[in-house]
Amino acid sequence: MSIISTVKLNKIYAEDTFPVHATNDISVNFEQGEFSAIVGPSGCGKTTLLNLLGGLETPTSGEVIIDSKIITNLKSNELTDFRLRNIGFVFQAYNLIPVLTARENVEFIMHLQNYNKDERNARVEELLTAVGLKDKFNKRPGELSGGEQQRVAVARALASKPKFILADEPTANLDSKSTYALLDIMETLNEKENMTFIFSTHDSRVMERARRLVSLDDGKIVNDETK
Amino acid sequence: MKELLKIAWRNLWRSKRRTILTMTSIILAACMAMFTRSMQKGSYGNMISNAVKLSTGYFQVQADGYWENKSVDKTFINTPTLLNQITKNKNVEVVVPRLESFALASSGKHTKGTLIIATDPEIENKLNKISDKLIDGDYLTKDDNQVLVAEKLAEYLQVNVGDTLVLLGQGYHGVTAAAKYRVKGIIKFPIPQLNNQLIYMPLKAGQEFYSAYERVTTYSVMISNPEELNETVAGIKSELSDEYIVMDWTELNKEMVQAIQSDDVGGQIMLGILYMVIGFGMFGTIMMMTMERRKEFAIMIAIGMQKSKLFLVVLYETIMIGIVALIISLIITYPVLLYYFYNPIPLEGEFAEAMEMFGAEPIMPFSLDADIFINQTLAVIVIAFIASLYPLTKILRFKVLQAMRS
Repeated sequence: MSIISTVKLNKIYAEDTFPVHATNDISVNFEQGEFSAIVGPSGCGKTTLLNLLGGLETPTSGEVIIDSKIITNLKSNELTDFRLRNIGFVFQAYNLIPVLTARENVEFIMHLQNYNKDERNARVEELLTAVGLKDKFNKRPGELSGGEQQRVAVARALASKPKFILADEPTANLDSKSTYALLDIMETLNEKENMTFIFSTHDSRVMERARRLVSLDDGKIVNDETK
Repeated sequence: MKELLKIAWRNLWRSKRRTILTMTSIILAACMAMFTRSMQKGSYGNMISNAVKLSTGYFQVQADGYWENKSVDKTFINTPTLLNQITKNKNVEVVVPRLESFALASSGKHTKGTLIIATDPEIENKLNKISDKLIDGDYLTKDDNQVLVAEKLAEYLQVNVGDTLVLLGQGYHGVTAAAKYRVKGIIKFPIPQLNNQLIYMPLKAGQEFYSAYERVTTYSVMISNPEELNETVAGIKSELSDEYIVMDWTELNKEMVQAIQSDDVGGQIMLGILYMVIGFGMFGTIMMMTMERRKEFAIMIAIGMQKSKLFLVVLYETIMIGIVALIISLIITYPVLLYYFYNPIPLEGEFAEAMEMFGAEPIMPFSLDADIFINQTLAVIVIAFIASLYPLTKILRFKVLQAMRS
């Protein structure tokens, strides 16, 4: 059974003036444990689709169904809560909370879910160790390299034990070494914990690793290929 | 909550210079507010205390009609039963029976209108510590037929201890009151109004002088807990018959109360201006802090933080700026106020005259009333809340994706 599916998903910007179909009747399913990438040229609608899947964007028409729940009908605060409990996000620009350390950034999301202290400590240790930052627990984002920050972001995304992770151009600001290190970590988590990863990317290094490529052009799926 | 407080606190120090500048403006305004308020409350307290202790008491019992027509004819008989009706109230500390009226005082070629207070010297001294104000001679005893003369009046009449002065006035039911008294002591009052015209004599001597035997014009009553004044006055009123009226110090000192009230309005306006300075300082900082973190806020919402929690973070930041600034203000202000509380500033010139006009000592005492500090704290918290409202509505309204792209 699909963990995420979309039904005729449309997002039209500037509907009244010069309508732009960012996504055009997209119906797509993602299964538990996938390691998939949404690819295509700039402006093809990758990020919009990812935002629609993550409930950050409201579709003009169509539905997003996550774990049998239609999220397009949820109110703003219900959506926020739904994201907290079900979706992990990794952003292009890392977007960690600058005043919190690596540990606190990962812990923060668990605070929002009211995990107790012991659970938080154990999970933070497990995740930061998994992403290779055992010795950087108490560093603030400003004291970490881009690759390290993105690894903290991955740990943060996983902290709430989400059903899947949406990663928007996660390697765009990283050098090759950091990119491969990050992809290794994500692949390991995908294989060991059966965590679903969906990337939007135009980075060939990510596309190489992804086991499924959903290609978009002008807001439409033009190719859906499983390796 | 602890986590949100931690984030708020650390956020404050992301731009240290801006936070310190904002706090400095709040500290200056809060120090000024506390200083001026302490000064005002101190001088009001001084005026009230002078009026209550040296003149009216917290409340007075008078014969009906005396207040409108202060004549010896409107006196009442001082009986133990009547006294007992008042003293049995638990809050009543001292009852001073007084016979107050006017008389011309004359010595040699000098004559002057004077205020005569005939009182029980022992009780009066308990209340006013008049014996401490003696600058020459001795204090009165109950059976003396002598008087104490205020310093400036004695100077005017050119009398010293041991000299005799003549008093001439109108006694009970039109009887002529005339007698000569030896000056037993000279007293110096801090209030010029009193220092220029007051003569104290024992109650019995005064009653004889005015031929108002056993009679008094007022019972001036001191109470142990001034906060229970209204209840005490109501209790006494219910005890006494219609022949008597009971008036509290606010009714007895209407002019002074009005002067305090109008001066207080000026003080409140000044406070309002200072609060506006505080408010705008906070508003500017919080607005900037909110707007420059739109993207960060959007990310927090995207990963699952409710806007209400974000709202709290910003509110905590504002309140923290205010509270930290307020604590520093207290640390700066309190020792200064404490010093001036024990060492009031002596006034001169117009200020002194204005104070004297209301019967107050020409000094600028300071108050350490807890209200001053509590009110400042509450005001800063309320201002912080108001100052953060607009930034908060911005948070509630902003579009997550739009802010993430900014």
